[in-house]
Amino acid sequence: MARTRLGIAVVALVLAAGGAGAAQNIELERAGNDIGNVASLQRGARNFMNFCAGCHSAKYVRYNVIAKDLMLQEQQVVENLMFNAEKTFETIQATMPSDAAERWFGTAPPDLSLMARARGTDYIYNFLRGFYLDPDSPTGVDNLFLPGTSMPHVLWQLQGYREAVYEPAPEGGGAPVFSHFEPVTTGTLSPEEFDAFVRDTVNFLEYIAEPVRGARRVIGVWVLIFLGFFFIVANMLKNQIWKDVS
Amino acid sequence: MARIESEIGKPRGGFIGWIDDRFPLLETIRYHATEYYAAKNFNFWYVFGVLALTVLVIQLVTGIFLTMNYKPSAEEAFASVEYIMRDVDFGWLIRYMHSTGASFFFIVVYLHMFRAMLYGSYKNPRELIWIIGMLIFFVLMAEAFAGYLLPWGNMSYWGAQVIISLFGAIPFVGETLVEYIKGDYSISDITLNRFFALHVVALPLALIALVFLHIVALHHVGSNNPDGIEIKEHKGPDGVPLDGVAFHPYHTSKDLVAIIVFLMVFSAVVFFAPDMGGYFLEHANFEPANTKATPEHIAPVWYFTPYYAILRAVPNKLWGAVLMAAAVILPLFLPWLDRSRVKSIRYRGWIYRTALALFAVSFLTLGWLGLQPATGVYVTLARVFSVIYFAFFLLMPYYTTIDKTRPVPERVVYHG
Amino acid sequence: MTEDDVDRNRRHFLTVLTAVTGGVGIVAAAVPFLASLRPSARALALGAPVEVPVGSLEPGEMVRVIWRGKLIYVVRRSREMLERLPQVVPFLRDPESREVEEQPDYVVNEYRSIRPEFLVVEGSCTHLGCAPLPEFHVGPEPDWYGGFFCPCHGSRFDMAGRVYKGVPAPTNLRIPPYRFIQDDVIMIGAEDGAA
Repeated sequence: MARTRLGIAVVALVLAAGGAGAAQNIELERAGNDIGNVASLQRGARNFMNFCAGCHSAKYVRYNVIAKDLMLQEQQVVENLMFNAEKTFETIQATMPSDAAERWFGTAPPDLSLMARARGTDYIYNFLRGFYLDPDSPTGVDNLFLPGTSMPHVLWQLQGYREAVYEPAPEGGGAPVFSHFEPVTTGTLSPEEFDAFVRDTVNFLEYIAEPVRGARRVIGVWVLIFLGFFFIVANMLKNQIWKDVS
Repeated sequence: MARIESEIGKPRGGFIGWIDDRFPLLETIRYHATEYYAAKNFNFWYVFGVLALTVLVIQLVTGIFLTMNYKPSAEEAFASVEYIMRDVDFGWLIRYMHSTGASFFFIVVYLHMFRAMLYGSYKNPRELIWIIGMLIFFVLMAEAFAGYLLPWGNMSYWGAQVIISLFGAIPFVGETLVEYIKGDYSISDITLNRFFALHVVALPLALIALVFLHIVALHHVGSNNPDGIEIKEHKGPDGVPLDGVAFHPYHTSKDLVAIIVFLMVFSAVVFFAPDMGGYFLEHANFEPANTKATPEHIAPVWYFTPYYAILRAVPNKLWGAVLMAAAVILPLFLPWLDRSRVKSIRYRGWIYRTALALFAVSFLTLGWLGLQPATGVYVTLARVFSVIYFAFFLLMPYYTTIDKTRPVPERVVYHG
Repeated sequence: MTEDDVDRNRRHFLTVLTAVTGGVGIVAAAVPFLASLRPSARALALGAPVEVPVGSLEPGEMVRVIWRGKLIYVVRRSREMLERLPQVVPFLRDPESREVEEQPDYVVNEYRSIRPEFLVVEGSCTHLGCAPLPEFHVGPEPDWYGGFFCPCHGSRFDMAGRVYKGVPAPTNLRIPPYRFIQDDVIMIGAEDGAA
């Protein structure tokens, strides 16, 4: 029985690895976001509520905390960010009911509160820019960084649709290798504008994954300064006590 | 009414005197601190005992406050950790201290054990201190393992799944044992609740009791030193070892400096790098436990990886588990495997020095290998270094006998 | 001073300095732990003000709500009930509510309310915390003009929540902070933060 369970675990591991293998280990571009850029975070918050929160909750994140950290008035948050919540102390819930989501998409859209810490900001940045047309997929698209994803290309109007172009494998055989994307339709944003849009959005995701990051670094500096002083004093005392030991 | 005299010769009046008439307060302070003599030449390696005690205190205090807000159910555990991180004032700090403390506990304890190997601190008459210390190590591993399940992240769940399955390898009783551990047909809410009881109550009590016994055993015999000399063999006319200094105030003042330096390193991690690149707080654990999807790379937390590498090096489930257990338990026998009459590495020959260096390299390399996928050259390396690891212990009776040692001085070497 | 004296003084000074620094450190380290005991953001969220619509309440009708885990009574008093309030005064222990702790200052009046019609009061007997029952009828006892009766130990309160003499309860029923956010909507717990 235990052997079977370990076997299942191993098989699941291999399957997961196999799935990742199809991503062909494409190098991730750096998102280049700056958590300290409040304007970017504000735009990211707007993007998140308008494009993501329909399906994805961020159920550990409170609106009033966003207001405080992003230097927004509570009224601004109520008017621009709260679509299905009444009080600012509430957390971000998805509009779509999760059991319905599971039925329609096969898997419930995951909560995004901690996604940036779980998968990495750069990964999400590339993922959101990695959709391409795939007529065999139920959503009509697939993603270079998460093959077989159930997520539709939510940002298609901004980026437009693209096709993935593959090159035959180098000597030694194997699957065709991804070469580049070929645009099929244009979006309302230029590629640079779209990148900036996604950058702001993942910046916001990085912030909500750990809102206290900025504050903890500031406190840390003071703690180290105090300990540095304490070290000097304690060391002087120790030397004085050990002075007569030969 | 009999009064106990202090070292100055005056009977103590007042509050202290009242306590002292009814409780061995002053005599305990004398025996364990002001008249406990330890060698004056303690170096850097001697700091890790008190640091381990410091980390234990940190874990107990932060643990208590975490328990005030943590919910030990499969439904609520993950959310309760985020509640602590976001909604509880300074909850994030208490959480980071606890997670960082867990890793630092092992760093400190491994270095503490290595000190014993450098200076022969496990040799007669300190074998029992070493045995109790090894028991502390075993309990600590269990405590860390139980604690890791509690956040109920995806790595928590699957890591527990794999490790508990190992017990199934034991012939005859394995399957039953696994069911007893889990309390259910699979790892579930029931398992989580009992691991909570172990992690918060049972194992900390065992740990505290063992640490107490560890220190009592040590004080009964007296501490070793970097030269491996018994300082009690040379006492002055007043009965005080010539090479010793009172624990308080000499070693206490020195240990205070060490504790502060430790806190600086500890704080640097807590405030600036609590994830430690995914080694102290693993990425996969920021996703809740998902019984349908295993993380891409299952590995135990870094401090278990040397033993994990040994487990994977063996291409047989039962023997892999046996060898892994042997790797953990083997150091227990060091007092009897080590046949050298010399304690400290300073006076041992080149054979032991080489062997110990190889052991250290193999332990670190196995640790690194435990984090890599078990493929290709990594497997070969794991096997090579596993052999070196076991050879260090199993061949020790032989090479410590033939090792040419240097003359051991009568008095400690101290450069003020 | 001999070198020994200098050493001893220096050692004493350094010991004190180290001890003080250590003490400061311990106090500073205690702050986050003690702060974590404060009500968390979730507690504050759950303890948020509660809105009570009162437009459809009939005179003499009472509605019960929970605010911060406490039972609150909102009573719409009839004109007769209000007129009878002065008549009860001789039977009361503290008719002017002088001994009540933590009372919002806007209810220090003869009706113990912002608007005479609506009584907002904590449904918790000031003896040992049972929920007093509404007994809004007059009599049959000669000193009973309507009010609240606590079944646990027999304490009695009038239609303004004021405690009778000679009962176990020591003080008048507590009034929570509240205000009218609309003509017919009361918000209980309206003050920011602390209240």
